[in-house]
Amino acid sequence: MSDTVILVENLGKKYVIGHQQRLPYNTMRESMVRGAKSFGRNLLKPFGQKVPNPAYEEFWALKDVSFEIKQGDRVGIIGRNGAGKSTVLKILSRITEPTTGRISIKGRVASLLEVGTGFHPELTGRENIYLNGAILGMSRTEIKKKFDEIVAFAEVEKFLDTPVKRYSSGMYVRLAFAVAAHLEPEILLVDEVLAVGDVGFQKKCIGKMEDVGRDGRTVLFVSHSMNTMTSLCNRGILLESGTLCSDTSAEEASRIYLNKAFSVARGTPLSQRRDRSGSGKVRAYSFRILNEEGREEVSLESGKDYYFEIGYHNHTGIIIKDVVVSLDIYDERDIIVFLLRTNFTNSNLELKADRGQIVCRIKNLPLTNGLYRFSIFISDADREILDYIEDAASVSIEAGDFFGTGSPGLPSHCKILAKAEWSTS
Amino acid sequence: MTYEDKTELIIEAGRTEKQYWKDLWRYRELFYFLAWRDIVVRYKQTAIGIAWALIRPFLTMVVFTVVFGKLAKLPSEGVPYPILVFAAMLPWQFFANALSECSNSLIGNANLISKVYFPRLIVPGSAVIVSFVDFLVSGIILLALMAWYNFVPDWRIITLPLFILIAFGAAMGAGLWLAALNVKYRDFRYIVPFIVQFGLYISPVGFSSSIVPEQWRMIYSLNPMVGVIDGFRWAILGGKVELDWPKFILSLALVALLFASGVWYFRKTERTFADVI
Ligand SMILES: Nc1ncnc2c1ncn2[C@@H]1O[C@H](COP(=O)(O)OP(=O)(O)OP(=O)(O)O)[C@@H](O)[C@H]1O
Ligand SMILES: [Mg+2]
Repeated sequence: MSDTVILVENLGKKYVIGHQQRLPYNTMRESMVRGAKSFGRNLLKPFGQKVPNPAYEEFWALKDVSFEIKQGDRVGIIGRNGAGKSTVLKILSRITEPTTGRISIKGRVASLLEVGTGFHPELTGRENIYLNGAILGMSRTEIKKKFDEIVAFAEVEKFLDTPVKRYSSGMYVRLAFAVAAHLEPEILLVDEVLAVGDVGFQKKCIGKMEDVGRDGRTVLFVSHSMNTMTSLCNRGILLESGTLCSDTSAEEASRIYLNKAFSVARGTPLSQRRDRSGSGKVRAYSFRILNEEGREEVSLESGKDYYFEIGYHNHTGIIIKDVVVSLDIYDERDIIVFLLRTNFTNSNLELKADRGQIVCRIKNLPLTNGLYRFSIFISDADREILDYIEDAASVSIEAGDFFGTGSPGLPSHCKILAKAEWSTS
Repeated sequence: MTYEDKTELIIEAGRTEKQYWKDLWRYRELFYFLAWRDIVVRYKQTAIGIAWALIRPFLTMVVFTVVFGKLAKLPSEGVPYPILVFAAMLPWQFFANALSECSNSLIGNANLISKVYFPRLIVPGSAVIVSFVDFLVSGIILLALMAWYNFVPDWRIITLPLFILIAFGAAMGAGLWLAALNVKYRDFRYIVPFIVQFGLYISPVGFSSSIVPEQWRMIYSLNPMVGVIDGFRWAILGGKVELDWPKFILSLALVALLFASGVWYFRKTERTFADVI
């Protein structure tokens, strides 16, 4: 077919992950020891099967993924953490090689996997535009031609000759996106880069990407935000632990994704969840909701008091101080209704050297009836994310008596309840 | 990353892209930009910037002249000892710097490598270019020494670019091996300073190759830098300095082998850089 621009057939990607050490690379000593060991094994059992090395595990980040993308498609790629979304983009942009399968691409590709790759903090905005442009594959003359346009888009005219280390993070992101947005590719691959930056700028970027789409160019867009994805894309590809789960319209894919999110939060015990990110020095292994009497509850009521209890394992063996814990609560439309976060109330925690429980008490639960999902986030101050699990739990809240009047609020309009006092004068 | 042509691009496991060398050409400006970045950043971060490229070789030259020329009274081939030393210092410093910069270059640009596509050879390549700029800067010292001692080189000086090219090949060849190995085995970070230090002892930098006993010469020329340094001296000092051609050819062949195998190994391992870096 002539208007197919990307054809992916039976794509697979295998990673080898080490268990003894967290670092992906080896040291020579280890390779030599490994070599000697397998040599010894082969001597002992020359005709036996190869014994798999327990310290190294093969892991298929993508398995047998096939899809076809037509010219002008705007495709959202969605899926849980670790589903393989970034891996797909990395393979399409030739950063890494597939292990199996075949891809053919027609047209000029630009990929934006991260905002500001290659920016150097010591260089000025002007210098970084040239450097970044060259890294993304633009020629000097091309950058010169678009220079003013890039600067205008990023709104950094006044700071062009300031080193970017003095930029606010918003300015930094704007400049970085501006360079990438002016590549004028026929196929644009974008990975969650809009998660940073303020709302105004996000709108502008989405506008720019819509322009790209309108000109009959093709966009592949990885996102966690179903709202952005459905407004920008006409197709959705849902990945699930490395396999293609569905390939339909954007709305349908988003619906399937949210349904699955609730069932995951229900189904798998936290200790067995692999779709998490963070360094892993601390892992949340259980989540329970207790009522005032300390009994576990599955279904909550508005207006009551609860304890959220996270059981954790600390693998470092030392006490960790100043730990930020956040419970992010999402409603059925995938909107965060609120965050319970230790640093809002200056109550960062100290974790025990081995294991323990983190308890968060909320009084007068201000949510109307509906289904909610909790994400758990644990970080070591702002140094490093220790553990992050999306959809760690799913909870249903029943209409209780928040207002003391028997009114449940108006769940179809607003999920948050707040008491107010009214008067006239 | 972008690529212009309309032809279909095929991505498959183990496919050595015919594209690669074409891409290298297409991204040629990136050599320049990465080298430019490293130089600009260095001059922004250091107080005396450019002077570093002068001070280090100059002081080393002074020490070598005193130790080997004045104290040990080694023969000077009929040229002022400082010039004898500096003619070797130049290629040696270039090689040593290029080797260390090159072998750390991939790790230093890990973020680029895991997030954008471009032919990876550009990264160690531009590291060598940075060292080459230092080489040109410290060449000023040689000119100054020549003026000071009223030393005029003969026609052989025009062959110097050839020897620079050989030095380039030696540094790049060894650098590519180390850069690629460094991604996989971080131990090589510790090996490189050792190679550089050890190499200085076994290369004829502070003295002339002619003091090496005849029966050891063959083994001595197995060090590719011996050929490069002798070549530099032959071209710069002119006159009485003789080049032992068979041994020079041997060195040259070794450099060619080092370079070719370096490119081969780098290309072979390159495709997994993004996964393990
Ligand atoms: N270089 C690597 N070495 C080993 N495993 C890797 C490597 N890169 C990715 N993985 C693993 O492959 C899986 C897929 O990763 P990928 O980054 O594609 O996920 P994703 O869908 O983009 O997730 P997220 O939403 O968190 O960005 C993950 O389990 C990840 O741990
Ligand atoms: Mg990702």
